[in-house]
Amino acid sequence: MTAPAAYQVTHLDALEAESIFVMREVVAEMERPVLLFSGGKDSIVMLRLAQKAFAPAQVPFPVMHVDTGHNFPEVLDYRDRRVAELSLQLVVASVPEALASGLVRESADGMRNRIQTPVLLEAVEKHRFNALFGGARRDEEKARAKERMFSFRDEFGQWDPKNQRPELWALYNGRHHPGESIRVFPLSNWTELDVWHYIARERIELPSIYYAHEREVVERDGMLYAVNDFLPARAGEERFKARVRYRTVGDASCTAAVRSDADTVEKVIEEVAATRITERGATRGDDRVSEAAMEDRKREGYF
Amino acid sequence: MTTTEVQARPMDLLRFATAGSVDDGKSTLIGRLLYDTKSLFTDQLAAVEAVSAARGDEYTNLALLTDGLRAEREQGITIDVAYRYFATPRRKFIIADTPGHIQYTRNMVTGASTADLALILVDARKGLVEQSRRHAFLCSLLRVPHLVLCVNKMDLVDFSQDVFERIADEFTAFAAKLDVPDLTVVPVSALKGDNIVTRSENMPWYEGPALLHHLERVHIASDRNLVDVRFPVQYVIRPQSRVVTDYRGYAGQVASGVLKPGDEVMVLPSGFTSRIAAVETADGPVAEAFPPMSVTVRLEDEIDISRGDMICRPNNAPAVAQDIEAMVCWMDETRPLRVGGKYAIKHTTRAARAIVRGLHYRLDINSLHRDDSAGELRLNEIGRVRLRTTVPLLADEYRRNRTTGGFVIIDEATNRTVGAGMIVETA
Repeated sequence: MTAPAAYQVTHLDALEAESIFVMREVVAEMERPVLLFSGGKDSIVMLRLAQKAFAPAQVPFPVMHVDTGHNFPEVLDYRDRRVAELSLQLVVASVPEALASGLVRESADGMRNRIQTPVLLEAVEKHRFNALFGGARRDEEKARAKERMFSFRDEFGQWDPKNQRPELWALYNGRHHPGESIRVFPLSNWTELDVWHYIARERIELPSIYYAHEREVVERDGMLYAVNDFLPARAGEERFKARVRYRTVGDASCTAAVRSDADTVEKVIEEVAATRITERGATRGDDRVSEAAMEDRKREGYF
Repeated sequence: MTTTEVQARPMDLLRFATAGSVDDGKSTLIGRLLYDTKSLFTDQLAAVEAVSAARGDEYTNLALLTDGLRAEREQGITIDVAYRYFATPRRKFIIADTPGHIQYTRNMVTGASTADLALILVDARKGLVEQSRRHAFLCSLLRVPHLVLCVNKMDLVDFSQDVFERIADEFTAFAAKLDVPDLTVVPVSALKGDNIVTRSENMPWYEGPALLHHLERVHIASDRNLVDVRFPVQYVIRPQSRVVTDYRGYAGQVASGVLKPGDEVMVLPSGFTSRIAAVETADGPVAEAFPPMSVTVRLEDEIDISRGDMICRPNNAPAVAQDIEAMVCWMDETRPLRVGGKYAIKHTTRAARAIVRGLHYRLDINSLHRDDSAGELRLNEIGRVRLRTTVPLLADEYRRNRTTGGFVIIDEATNRTVGAGMIVETA
């Protein structure tokens, strides 16, 4: 059997086809899926894949934003525009509301990454979501390298890394009992560079903070943090202007920027291709807590 | 690498599985591939160096790169399949890195199920060991189309051609007894970098390519089955909208074959025939669909089709069968597979229940001896099983089609995936 060269697809096409397959499996087999949408580039790519998977029909599930209250305004604007354009149903799981109601308490360091988890789990329970699409990629972090496409969570939302279901071929097992759920990661096999190539190819608009801009920052633990309402400069920290962009977009109090002149998608691709530091290593204070910081958060139900 | 270079040549994707234990130098090999293709980041390396130093390792233990879980670091073992990524300008690679000791068979079978290529390592000083034969057998059982044997640590045998050829000959003879369509043997030193990315000057007698060169160029396009049209229907798209009316499309990923508008097709299990009106994607209609494309197929006639049905050709169809003969690898530690046991099955996009009607034999994967007195299959055991399903499966032999020939077995009480099946015969 000799195949003409024409019957080949590029790696981006193969990744896209796999992600679309995964999303369709979920919608075909699970009653109440939801897509976790942070306004970050991975969730934006995931939303584009969802549009493609079900076209010409609408995206057949709501999106959920876990709102820490520490937002970049550019990202919130983006979220609201996208939701309106695609006539999506938006569910906001609000950390400030959960703080007010006493569900969670502010942590000592002021970071809200860890307290997002109970808020997420409460919203999942309230809306009876049983499949949560997340934009996590296996190249991001070593605990994620062993994550499944379909990742089972018990009734407490916990991940048990030593007790994962084997995942063979493209046969994903989404079966679960009431109260349990499945986290689904359609971008598992994508790398940061793949995501950027796809953004370029599909001409996907991103929140402006992903591209180089001037911003007032302080340097803390070797990382550049934007000075804002949630993150005032500490005593002794010097505020200065720098040309930066964000490689990841998370809670504004623990996401750092990197120095960059990349103000177009092409320049970002060049920069990402040449960079020698992982995106979480460069920009996420929340992963620096310990060697197993991500694993610990994932076990508790973090996304 | 500039942007224009990045975009100039379309890259394709190669998935490969690696097998072996830490002793064979597998982690060193993967670490070297990642490092030499600039896919390893300085903060990852720094973290590994720091942990190595804290543990008192004498060298930077690259195994720590892949051993991400706390228990693995504490116990110095690898628990599960880890996925790694690197790319060269020609190809993107996905490595399914499977551990050598714990739950070996389960992990290897999982990693091999999606692999285009498997990479087996042996230590040149030790030659073939039981484990090397086991690896080769599992690759052949899972129909991995390309096999690469890396004879590692050549630096420790003075880069001896004799040592290499003895091992290569022995392995080639063993592989001949299996179903291994393509075998390449490369002498390497992962630690020193010989024949990994560039050809080694220490082994002028070796005329083949360096490992990375082979991985970049091994021809995988022909591994896809473009002959047998198999389109498992995944989901029926029916927009509830005022703009798009009367739309009915069958969404799925092409398992094999080529689908074109105008082709006559048959839908199973009903047997109704129609013609393809259009093959669509969100970016517009396409002239042809082939694996691994995810598309939406529209037919000229309105026939009742739902998830789990299969679109094929009238003169080339899979079996419609409730009695299935399969090789099964058991993956559950708590309860063994027993004759009379009832399970859930997932095969393509189809769900069924099945009862185990018979266990013909259990296979000793070291000696390939068949034990026909076996009464059950325990964790990591492989045997030939006869199943009866509640609804017909639309199935091909696994050797002809890895997508329509493979299935998973699920415990209906625990919902765990407990077995992997490869169809040998349908009746």
